Amino acid sequence: MEVALEDNNLMEKVLPPDEQEIDVELEAKEKKYLRGEGANLESLKDKKLKTQLASREKLYGKSAKAAAKIEKWLLPASAGYLETEGLEKTWRIKQTDIAKEVDLLSSRNQYDIVLPDFGPYKLDFTASGRHMLAGGRKGHLALVDMMNMNLIKEIHVRETVRDVAFLHNDQFFAAAQKKYSYIYARDGTELHCLKERGPVARLRFLKNHFLLASVNKIGQLHYQDVTYGDMVASIRTGKGRTDVMEVNPYNGVVALGHSGGTVTMWKPTSQAPLVQMQCHPGPVSAVAFHPNGHLMATSGKERKVKIWDLRKFEEVQTIHGFHAKTLSFSQKGLLAAGTGSFVQVLGDSSGGGHSRYMSHPMVKGYQVEKVMFRPYEDVLGIGHSMGWSSVLIPGSGEPNFDSWVANPFETSKQRREKEVHLLLDKLPPETIMLDPSKIGAMRPSRRKEKPTRGEIEAEKEVAIEAAKSVEMKKKTKGRNKPSKRTKKKKELVENAKKTFPELEEKNIAGKKRRIGEDAAAELPTSLKRFARKN
Amino acid sequence: MRIKTISRSVDEFTRERSQDLQRVFHNFDPSLRPMEKAVEYQRALTAAKLEKIFARPFVGAMDGHRDGISCMAKNPNYLKGIFSASMDGDIRLWDIATSRRTVCQFPGHLGAVRGLTVSTDGNVLVSCGTDCNVRLWSVPRPSLEDSDLSSEKSTEVVHSICGLYLQECVILSFTSRAVDHQFEGDLFATAGAQLDIWNHNRSQPVQSFTSGSHSVISVRFNPGEPDILATSSGDNHISIYDIRMSSAARKILMRTKTNSIAWNPMEPMNFTAANEDGNCYSFDGRKNEEAKCVHKDHVSAVMDIDFSPTGREFVTGSYDRSVRIFPYNGGHSREIYHTKRMQRVFCVKYSSDATYVISGSDDTNLRLWKAKASEQLGVILPREQKKHEYNEAVKNRYKHLPEIKRIVRHRHLPKPIYKAKAESRAMNDAKRRKDDRRKAHSAPGTVVTESHRTRRIIKEVE
Repeated sequence: MEVALEDNNLMEKVLPPDEQEIDVELEAKEKKYLRGEGANLESLKDKKLKTQLASREKLYGKSAKAAAKIEKWLLPASAGYLETEGLEKTWRIKQTDIAKEVDLLSSRNQYDIVLPDFGPYKLDFTASGRHMLAGGRKGHLALVDMMNMNLIKEIHVRETVRDVAFLHNDQFFAAAQKKYSYIYARDGTELHCLKERGPVARLRFLKNHFLLASVNKIGQLHYQDVTYGDMVASIRTGKGRTDVMEVNPYNGVVALGHSGGTVTMWKPTSQAPLVQMQCHPGPVSAVAFHPNGHLMATSGKERKVKIWDLRKFEEVQTIHGFHAKTLSFSQKGLLAAGTGSFVQVLGDSSGGGHSRYMSHPMVKGYQVEKVMFRPYEDVLGIGHSMGWSSVLIPGSGEPNFDSWVANPFETSKQRREKEVHLLLDKLPPETIMLDPSKIGAMRPSRRKEKPTRGEIEAEKEVAIEAAKSVEMKKKTKGRNKPSKRTKKKKELVENAKKTFPELEEKNIAGKKRRIGEDAAAELPTSLKRFARKN
Repeated sequence: MRIKTISRSVDEFTRERSQDLQRVFHNFDPSLRPMEKAVEYQRALTAAKLEKIFARPFVGAMDGHRDGISCMAKNPNYLKGIFSASMDGDIRLWDIATSRRTVCQFPGHLGAVRGLTVSTDGNVLVSCGTDCNVRLWSVPRPSLEDSDLSSEKSTEVVHSICGLYLQECVILSFTSRAVDHQFEGDLFATAGAQLDIWNHNRSQPVQSFTSGSHSVISVRFNPGEPDILATSSGDNHISIYDIRMSSAARKILMRTKTNSIAWNPMEPMNFTAANEDGNCYSFDGRKNEEAKCVHKDHVSAVMDIDFSPTGREFVTGSYDRSVRIFPYNGGHSREIYHTKRMQRVFCVKYSSDATYVISGSDDTNLRLWKAKASEQLGVILPREQKKHEYNEAVKNRYKHLPEIKRIVRHRHLPKPIYKAKAESRAMNDAKRRKDDRRKAHSAPGTVVTESHRTRRIIKEVE
């Protein structure tokens, strides 16, 4: 295996194959930390700026290398996995089998909580995965600490609850109730009644912007800043009633799924949607976003689940066979789909798209209402008509959390400090855009080019057409004479032409020359010497 | 079947005893942090605003002189002591730390004192003035008792007079305009009708350089090469002399005279000249055909210039009543300090710990300013230090964007300077437009634009 080098003074090392593999791995990780391509410094003319930027690029390279090494060697935990031997298939493995193989702490995460009286349950987790909020349709709200399985608070509001959402931490949560939505504190006190929104179908919270987004029964989208209560935007979507709404965590854009099969994406600063995609022939029943922001899964009533690439807005994969009422992506990219009483988890096989990974069939009476992966744990929470369940899906959660981003072991002091820092870093609603990396980028300076003559003429035609097609008001009491009307119309067309003076001049000059030439041709030969020469 | 799930035990992730620090875990994966660029931009904006809130550069004024201050000198060995001399011959040693007051006076000069300098070991103070005297004083050594009992002595002004300090007095035949002491040596140079090099122990100059009919205005020894010095003369020359040779090594002829020169302590081959036309020109001492950099921001003559010990910045004081701090390689100032009470600034010094700037002006006051206006002085905890560094870095990353640029660049200018700048901008724009048109309408190559770096230099003479 040793390679004898002929030029020993070249100081080049040929690494043994396993070390080479590690290098390749590290390079791949480095790419992730570099966050895109470096700047193109060749086009810069300013030498000082060039050297400054070049030294900065070098520093970025170094920090990416260091981060890649840390990821490889220093992270405390490693991801979960499920590997089968021989003819076993992963999707045939039941939760009971898993329970036998796994340690005690993890097996505590598998349970069924049966609450048959209060209707189908909707779930929400905080960002760190420590607290869970369960809202039953018949008015049961429960706030649970998942680490100790403590019930922190439960309230019975005695009216329909359609959706629940945590605000920035576990101290506040919002519930969409029969007529209005309400915000509650952790101890169950009702803090605010959000009357402006009307009866809300879905509630979601945008964490970086402190915006509570909701879609109501009329199809209006509302964004409210919860720090000072200002309604930032209320948008009439114009597409009718919908209750499918999801937030893209990568860029803060809200996606609505409509009954015509379109998925529209919205931002609070514009009244028109950013994107409209025709996803399904029938109504869209669920939408889910991958945490990296590039993939979107939608399911339609025609029993297909489609996965879309959001950079090109193209379909990547179609999964036939079931109509998913609810979809959810995990932190590691596993897709959970719930239909009826059956939950299926699809895993991302390298290069081949999503394929069957695990499944969890439940008793027929448990009709799945919502599936949601718990952050930083290998756990899938299922809210159904008889309560809620939790199952183990190895390999779905991110094993290493960052204390400054989301800490499941937070003390109250840390929570309070984090709240202050979150508020200081609150982003204004204008930063919501399809490509968030555009912030801080410089627009390339375009020299203003004069539009070509053809373009000007085209514009002129359009203006004249517009002027001609203006509908004139019908005047009464004898002022509606046809001669006056035609005069007015002529005036409008003349005004439209006036806005293109350059064209006019050229035409006139051209006409003059042409007259000269024509006249010269018509003159008799004896008078040709008197023709105007240009 | 092989299976593993994430299971975290509480003791691994929480601290053992309440005296321990909380455990912190890091994962630098960008996918855990959505919209990080927008958050960074928001932090840069907050950092820029905070910097403006905490920007209080003026520390204090030192009152005592009875006439305008003409020159100042730093003691290389003692941070707290600054010597200043005024137009009526009064030389004082100030303690610029907590008690901003005079420690002792050195009376003796009969006319204006034109130059002050301290020897490298901090023991000898050299002063020269319009009364044709060059005086050597011994600097009182600051004792430990002085600093401890300073609070008690706050009511009495500590004065020590005369005879104790004067070492030597040499009478010249002409008034001298400037004096500077060699680094690590025994020689000092006085500038007047001619350039004289003196030794402490001799009463006659060791060497003399004469150059034409005009007097030498300022002199500065090179910190790296002890035998090289730069002078500027009244006939718009900048000359570089080597003591071991008999005549000037290099000479640069400019269009206007240079009031003061300062060598870069970190790059001793470069020096910056403060010129009468309001610009400062940085030269490479080895290559003089063009200026390395032109620093333009003052509207009136620049009177004095001093480099920071880091070599990255320099401070200038100008006739237009303002003090500006420039980066060593940047064309525009990063900071301007002005007060309604501060009149024409004649001398500036950057303190040896790179934290303060001292300006001496026509209104008989010495003023102490912070070099970084929003810096927190005193002992800073490491976490605070890190936060300051982070704020600085994130602000620098986004400082070219309009919203942040507007906040970072904003400075209040006194009305005369504001108007003068607007006028000069209009004039320069008009000139440039005319030059462009002339160039566009002449044969290519006939009209040559001069670069700013060579514009004010007439020629270089060996």
